[in-house]
Amino acid sequence: MIGAVVSMTFALWSCSPNTGNTSQNKNKAIDMEATGDFEVAEITAAPNVPAPVGKRGPKKLIINLETTEIESIIADTFSYTFWTFNNIVPGSFIRVREGDEIQLNLKNAENSILPHNIDLHAVNGPGGGAEATFASPGQEASFTFKALNPGLYVYHCAAPPVPQHIGNGMYGLILVEPEGGLEPVDKEFYIMQGEFYAKTSSRSSKLLEFDNDKGNDENPTYVLFNGKKGSMLGPNMLEAKVGDKIRLFIGNGGPNLVSSFHVIGEIFDNVYTEGGSTVTHNVQTTLIPAGGATIVEFTVEVPGEYNIVDHSLSRTFNKGALGKIKVTGEQNPKVFKKN
Amino acid sequence: MYKYLGVIFLAFVLISCNKNETQVTVANESKEPDTIKPVEVDVKMVYILGGEYLPFYGDDSVLVDVKPFYLDERPVTNKEFLAFVTANPQWRKSAVKRVYADSNYLKYWVSDLELPPGANPDAPVCNVSWFAAKWFAESVGKRLPTLDEWEFVAMADADTPNARRKPSYSDYIVDLYLVKDKHLNPVKQSAPNYWGVYNMFDLIWEWTDDFNSILVTGDSRTGQYDDKGLFCAGAATNSTDVMNYAAFMRFGLRTSLKARYTVANLGFRCAKDAPIENPNK
Repeated sequence: MIGAVVSMTFALWSCSPNTGNTSQNKNKAIDMEATGDFEVAEITAAPNVPAPVGKRGPKKLIINLETTEIESIIADTFSYTFWTFNNIVPGSFIRVREGDEIQLNLKNAENSILPHNIDLHAVNGPGGGAEATFASPGQEASFTFKALNPGLYVYHCAAPPVPQHIGNGMYGLILVEPEGGLEPVDKEFYIMQGEFYAKTSSRSSKLLEFDNDKGNDENPTYVLFNGKKGSMLGPNMLEAKVGDKIRLFIGNGGPNLVSSFHVIGEIFDNVYTEGGSTVTHNVQTTLIPAGGATIVEFTVEVPGEYNIVDHSLSRTFNKGALGKIKVTGEQNPKVFKKN
Repeated sequence: MYKYLGVIFLAFVLISCNKNETQVTVANESKEPDTIKPVEVDVKMVYILGGEYLPFYGDDSVLVDVKPFYLDERPVTNKEFLAFVTANPQWRKSAVKRVYADSNYLKYWVSDLELPPGANPDAPVCNVSWFAAKWFAESVGKRLPTLDEWEFVAMADADTPNARRKPSYSDYIVDLYLVKDKHLNPVKQSAPNYWGVYNMFDLIWEWTDDFNSILVTGDSRTGQYDDKGLFCAGAATNSTDVMNYAAFMRFGLRTSLKARYTVANLGFRCAKDAPIENPNK
């Protein structure tokens, strides 16, 4: 009986066309030789992304990340005890190409109270590096991996208790570009959603920290883009010009909620569903799972301010999930005009 | 999910390796125990009655019997550790063997026999390895508490020996854990718990004798328990007390350690076997 189930499962797997494609991709990238000496890769804070890989061949790259525990403004006049990669939420954007050999160095700051590590979803290997990088306060850990599957991937801390580490902001994105690179566009931005379960610290009425009960109930106080209310509002609005083709790299750190990602007044021309290789077109709202990511592309035809939201709208109107893209340039009455 | 299975397996293998490494090294070191010179310390030890206790990890039905023991009422201080290295030159900062303590050993001490600038002599000693803690205990005629002994005492709040069921129990401890630089404060400035033990949560993390072996923590437990719950959702089924975030944090910290590691907010206190009857009664 068990044998039958096993062989049937096996048969079903074998039939799946995706399985075949994936293994082809991996085999191809495994054989790509990374050349040159190890060099430190450019990494960036949101909403910026590093330069595209373009037509370059596979290289050997070093990524340096530091895990820290810091107090920083989360909303209005309230601070929050964030746990971070490189003192920012989300952590630094990492951009590599398939076939690259990446040495990931993780240092846990000496004044950390807790151990931390990193699980990169772009890694083929145990825990995505979680065990290999498990570092007590003050310790450093390192591992090397080869990027095999092109796509956009979440990385996060996987130290116990995992929901607390992620809930405090320990996540970021790593982009693995395919050979030849993604098609050039005019503007690229890095956005990551995450929800925060907050209670007032016993130490200060202006300091918030993780609330286990709210986390367990999946009832967040804030749902935010880039770790702070207003991170893309006012002077921090993303900017573009009429006619620009915009590409957003959007991740969802969670730890629990699924995002209904939407830009009000725009339609996504291209969506790399779940950050993978399948591109769908003409999408209004796309789901981003917790611990998942998506690439969306659209061209802006009309000037104005465009709201970036989670279309589970209570999160946008009451819990902070709102950003803006400010588009400047000539009016375009063929596409839109007010009568 | 498959990734996590990998972690579980690897963690298991590594833990096993660590244990072997530790045992081998201890065996080598124990060839020369008479080289440890005794040190006098003035610290009250508290009689802990012991009893049955449900470990944070393991099966619901497996209770561990903690035998009566004595526990230092507070962590070992800078002053006491200075006395230890004064009497035992092989444990001084400049002399310690790297296999017994990493390069951050007593990192902030000015020299072999000088505490860090501005350090309170009565603050807990930190940046000490498990080996150093173990031999300090030897020098004062004691031992390190086992993980079960430490966790047994950690169940107490001010009023009861087991406060785990109180909703505020874990939150209160987590709040204490989140305070930075608390390891610089002197011992015994806060209230003791039910047993009369101070500073279980509000100064430092503490070494235990079997810090990295959730595998075997007592007679009634066997190798069927590993730390797989620490990394992933397995915790939901493997932990007896999923809302005890404070315990999760402690077990996480312990799992990240190796015996020669030294950490800025990690110290220790000592324990001792005790008779079944409380001699003080």
